[in-house]
Amino acid sequence: MANAAATPATKEMRMQEALREALRSEMARDERVFVMGEDVALFGGAYGVTRGLMQEFGESRVLDTPISEAALVGLAVGAAINGMRPVVEIQFADLLPLAMDQLASHAARYHYMTGGRVKVPMVVRTKFATRAGGGPSHSSCNHGAFIHFPGLKIIMPTTPADAKGLLLSAIRDPNPVLCFESHHLYGIRGPVPEGDYTVPIGKAVVRRAGKDLTIVTCGGMVLKADAAADQLKEKGIDIEIVDLRSLAPLDKETILNSVAKTKRAIVLDEGPMIGGISAELAALIQENLFSDLKGPVVRIAAQAIPPPHSPPLVDAMIPDVGQVVDAVMRLAEGGKIA
Amino acid sequence: MLDTAKRKAMLRQMILVRAFEEKLDELYQRKAMFGSTHSYRGQEAIAVGVCSALQSTDLIASYHRGTGHLIAKGADLYTLICECLGRQDGYSKGRGGKMHMGDMAFGFIGNTGTVGGTVPTATGAALSAKVRGSQEVVVSFFGDGAANQGVVHESMNLAGVWKLPVIYVCENNQYAMTVSLEKSVAVKQLSVRGAAYGFEGKTIDGNDVEVVYEATEAAAAKGRSGGGATFLECITYRWDGHFGGDPGTGYRPKEEIEAWKQKCPIKRLKEKLIAEGHLTEQKFQKTSDKVYAELDAVAKRAEAAPLPKKEVDLDAIYAASEVSHG
Repeated sequence: MANAAATPATKEMRMQEALREALRSEMARDERVFVMGEDVALFGGAYGVTRGLMQEFGESRVLDTPISEAALVGLAVGAAINGMRPVVEIQFADLLPLAMDQLASHAARYHYMTGGRVKVPMVVRTKFATRAGGGPSHSSCNHGAFIHFPGLKIIMPTTPADAKGLLLSAIRDPNPVLCFESHHLYGIRGPVPEGDYTVPIGKAVVRRAGKDLTIVTCGGMVLKADAAADQLKEKGIDIEIVDLRSLAPLDKETILNSVAKTKRAIVLDEGPMIGGISAELAALIQENLFSDLKGPVVRIAAQAIPPPHSPPLVDAMIPDVGQVVDAVMRLAEGGKIA
Repeated sequence: MLDTAKRKAMLRQMILVRAFEEKLDELYQRKAMFGSTHSYRGQEAIAVGVCSALQSTDLIASYHRGTGHLIAKGADLYTLICECLGRQDGYSKGRGGKMHMGDMAFGFIGNTGTVGGTVPTATGAALSAKVRGSQEVVVSFFGDGAANQGVVHESMNLAGVWKLPVIYVCENNQYAMTVSLEKSVAVKQLSVRGAAYGFEGKTIDGNDVEVVYEATEAAAAKGRSGGGATFLECITYRWDGHFGGDPGTGYRPKEEIEAWKQKCPIKRLKEKLIAEGHLTEQKFQKTSDKVYAELDAVAKRAEAAPLPKKEVDLDAIYAASEVSHG
């Protein structure tokens, strides 16, 4: 019986359903939690994440709003300071810049700049991913920009289980949390623990254990890293994948422990390479492990162009599996793996 | 008609607000203050009239010219002046300065240096008040310059749609830093915007503390009873420049400044109380001297208070989480 209690029962579901389960259970548990955003109530959200919540919890806790991203985030800041736990949905990460002042100069700073007197427990959920058809205003991967604003927490779930566990933690966190949900991962099913299941913010996970080389990545790129690792396995190269899950705070310990073991690292990100999370990771690894490394830390990330519309243009912009395999092989030759 | 005791209390508060600005200016001029001042002199009737009409559970959000609002809402003078002086004992432990504070213990949501930036914050606090079914009313203080920020428009629209208990107190001092209202908007009165959001907009004499008090009292009663938001445009004038280093004369005629000084809100209430036989010049002077002397003592203590240690507290960016993970 003790074992059964330690391993909770799981249920297969897609990420949207897992996110919904987190919202639903937290709204039932804590009356301070409410949801607002464009099309989140009657329609159930542009991606169905909030489907059924208005019917269950009523219109005062699931609020359809006008198209006013800056005010939505700003109102959430005020509601959070005044005792609520708002969860805002912003349909595309591309629209976060509309609310940038409220996120970067208000939500992120209140706790520090008031000497800890004011707390802002709020969540902003958004969808991101660069994909054909999205184009320059509907398919940005701008998550890297937000690591420049101390005070924000940033999560990026990869599995349905993490989606539930991280979102539950985010709603309960006394700080503003930005949740990036990848379009690439929305439809994928996976087991999700039932009941009260949280995943700590700020803890990365070793998604795949290996001994020869570490790929540090996040979001939809975890799938590409995994596909590359499968191909490399056939060539006798054993890849370890570290999935960040949180971009802020960054789990330096898990990243550095993995690279200290494998002594080779590739950082892989769907956002632009320049000034992004890939730059931060590469610098972090080299600053801490330079003399242990058997080769340079290789960065694979998106080209520094706005996300284009047409499939070949998108494919040329964002990293693909072949690029990862090639990079590993180059490192393998230099570092004599296998 | 307001009772005499209330009016005398408001007179004293206005003197205190002015004395505070003059003290800050003195500290600024002798370089004892970090950063700049944003003098509130001339506008005292608004902070005092509004806050005197609120209940202690009501909330305010402020902006860069905010010290008057905080004092009128009940801030501790020592803690406030310490923050202006970057001291460890300040409201924000020296991290925020006079433009960045917040303390819900006295109903102060916060102020920031983004013009218009706290209007959504106030509106969101009012949303919370409504969702929780509380009796709180929230005041959003901002200037005529902030009225033209996009997020202010978005927030007021939402307050109209959701009938939120918020009072938008626009302190129209007629200049956004150096740019005059005529160059900024094509309407004569900013209060006409209320109609665009579906709630009442009124333009009132912002230098008459009794008028401000009564308008706020009515707006608060309306908000409390589910009647939604009010836009109160308070016409006023700042005597000084936009900030400590601005004499305020490069873009404003001297005659205009002098004419507005004749409409001094303190002088107006004082003369009225004297005419009614409730006050004498001597008694006024005695009260004023006492306020200035008390503030002097507080400022001396604050100047002697220690600065924060030279250290970076990385943990201070986040509030401690109490989530346990299973």
